[in-house]
Amino acid sequence: MNSRTTARLAAVGAAAAVGALALAGCAGGSPSPSGSADGGEQVTITWWHNATSGPMPEVWQEVAEEFMAAHPNVIVEQTGYQNEELQRTLIPNALAAGDPPDLFQVWPGGEIRDQVANGYLMPLDDLIPDTIASVGATVGPWQVDGQTYGIPFTFGIEGFWYNTDHFATAGITEVPETLDDLKDAVEKLRAAGITPIAVGAGDRWPAAHWWYQFALHSCSVETLQEAAATFNFDDPCWVDAGVQLQEFMAINPFQEGFLGTPAQQGAGSSAGLVANGQAAMELMGHWNAGVMGGLTPDETVPEFLGWFPFPSIPGSAGDPTATLGGGDGFGCSASAPPECAELLAYIMSEDVQKRFAASGSGIPTVTSAVDSLEDPNLKLVAEGLANSSYVQLWFDTEFGTTVGNAMNEGIINLISGSGTPEDVVQRMKDAAATL
Amino acid sequence: MTSPTTVGPAVSAGPTPAPRKRRGDGRKWAEIALFAGPALIVFIGFVIVPVVLAAVYSFFNLPAGFRWEHLADPERFRGIDNYVRALTTPEFLRAIGNNFTILALSLIIQGPLAIAIALLLNRRLRGQSIFRLLIFVPYVLAEVIAGLAWKLLLPPNGGVNAILRSLGWENPPAWLADPSVALWTIFAILTWKYLGFAILIMLAGLQGVPEELSEAAAIDGAGWWKTQWYITLPLLGPTIRIWAFLSIIGSLQVFDMVWVTVAPSVRGIATETMATYMIQQGQFAGQPGYGSAIAVILFVISLVVALVYQRFAMRRDLAGAITSGVR
Repeated sequence: MNSRTTARLAAVGAAAAVGALALAGCAGGSPSPSGSADGGEQVTITWWHNATSGPMPEVWQEVAEEFMAAHPNVIVEQTGYQNEELQRTLIPNALAAGDPPDLFQVWPGGEIRDQVANGYLMPLDDLIPDTIASVGATVGPWQVDGQTYGIPFTFGIEGFWYNTDHFATAGITEVPETLDDLKDAVEKLRAAGITPIAVGAGDRWPAAHWWYQFALHSCSVETLQEAAATFNFDDPCWVDAGVQLQEFMAINPFQEGFLGTPAQQGAGSSAGLVANGQAAMELMGHWNAGVMGGLTPDETVPEFLGWFPFPSIPGSAGDPTATLGGGDGFGCSASAPPECAELLAYIMSEDVQKRFAASGSGIPTVTSAVDSLEDPNLKLVAEGLANSSYVQLWFDTEFGTTVGNAMNEGIINLISGSGTPEDVVQRMKDAAATL
Repeated sequence: MTSPTTVGPAVSAGPTPAPRKRRGDGRKWAEIALFAGPALIVFIGFVIVPVVLAAVYSFFNLPAGFRWEHLADPERFRGIDNYVRALTTPEFLRAIGNNFTILALSLIIQGPLAIAIALLLNRRLRGQSIFRLLIFVPYVLAEVIAGLAWKLLLPPNGGVNAILRSLGWENPPAWLADPSVALWTIFAILTWKYLGFAILIMLAGLQGVPEELSEAAAIDGAGWWKTQWYITLPLLGPTIRIWAFLSIIGSLQVFDMVWVTVAPSVRGIATETMATYMIQQGQFAGQPGYGSAIAVILFVISLVVALVYQRFAMRRDLAGAITSGVR
């Protein structure tokens, strides 16, 4: 046999091997029948998450490597994608195409309900019951009909992120406890020549969150729960939320040109305005400190930053201890190997949760890890969460994309002066009717 | 272009005996299949099939990331509901209005402006090539890049307003954040971007106007204005009509500039176009069926406008070229 024939044979062999690999790749989507941790066949777990900046990509990479070290037969391929891209395009398309990642970000409310109805998600209750128990009631939004399909690794509530220096300059000595206090603070800040409140209305949802807060304070918990379950928006409290927002808009609390301001991109965004001292406060979720840290010239969280919960509205029908919040969770696709649930259990382990808490990226969901929070503001958020009698999920998440989108459009029309409180509710009803 | 064109070549096989002709025919078709086949397959696969699929989807109520099973579910079939909903939704009607506003403004403002500048640049003047280059630069930029650049320049406290304030305008508007001016701002940016292209086309058209005619007119005592009005403009007619056609199609399909430059909230109130509304509803509101119905409406409007325009405005220009195949 001469060397040319050898080379040709080798090439044929290599081609066959590549072909076999490709075939194996195609078959990878189906559940592996016997894959398990007892050193059996090789399993690859693909993992999609939304960490693209800050400390989290590194943390997830570490977690993947540690899991691989403990499970020699498992390869974990983790990738971070931009949040909206992941939620609106990548995951829905991958699920529809029948080739989903094994472990991926699962959004609660309307989205998880649709995914479960389509049989896309793996029920977790029998596989990792202890992990589910470790997060307590927080797992609720990731359950459908009593079954658990996802587990949140972070969950927090919304509140005001404010500039303590500006408050001192304006002579505000105590954080606002009622809506009237907040209106007073706005007036004092204006008088001191400081833009009182930044809102990223350009992205729609940050402005919509104001309406959510008024709805939360106007509607009883039963009304909220019924709306989430049946899309019944007949209670007058939904219209009342818009009326209250209109009244609040009358004191001109927001920055100039707020309709075009983005929430998180660049120093001109609402988070950037507060981070750089150009506005005094912003109503935003628990992730905001991390966002602001990326928008200052020296890329650190500003030292003047403080946090207080949304003030109460005396005389309103809502539960005063109810809060508005949301979180990020992971779930496994229905076709994922059983190791996926084990990886999820590891992500939710106390050790990893403590590292997550220490990174300052958000509030961990495992109670015993909360003590590891170092950021004083996140401690305040965690305290507020612990004191909540009821946590309402962001309404646009709760109602799903179709109703949520229509609601947010209606709210933007309302605050721009081209819509009425009744319009918002009518749009929600119309959108629900198309489902 | 949307009209069908005849594929067969106009070459005749000549006076050859019948059997040989047939063999030549077979060879000819083999050649056609070989050369046109791949392109035809790609065209059918990536243009015709998606258009047909969009039409099919538009009759269904589909969830984001739907599957074939959803199309087989009789409960999801909604007939013309999506179309009725689109044509009774104020937002979509306003989006159509915005498209036609941009269309009308383009024809009324960009056209005469382009002709005027082209006439100016067509005369011999110092630095002519530099002027031509400068005017054409915005057209070379990608629309997304141009849009982002303007987005960075136009915030309430951005560069443009800083200059305007220093010039004594105390309260310049928030160009992209104020719903009452945002559409005009978009039109101004589109004009900035596409005027260069219009001027280039007009300049090319002016090259085809014989100088002898102007000279003859001058001998007959016609002034500069009269020469332009009675000689240059009529001879520029075909060029103007082609430019207007491109401008109309572009105006009906505006997407990038609005999507990139205007914040979603302001876009929803003031500058939504048919294409941005389609993406917003089909993709971001999770209603691919409804989005497909919008796509079909956009397609039909563009097709009708294009055909009507070709039939009436470009009849002579295109005689024998597009509308009726081989003469």
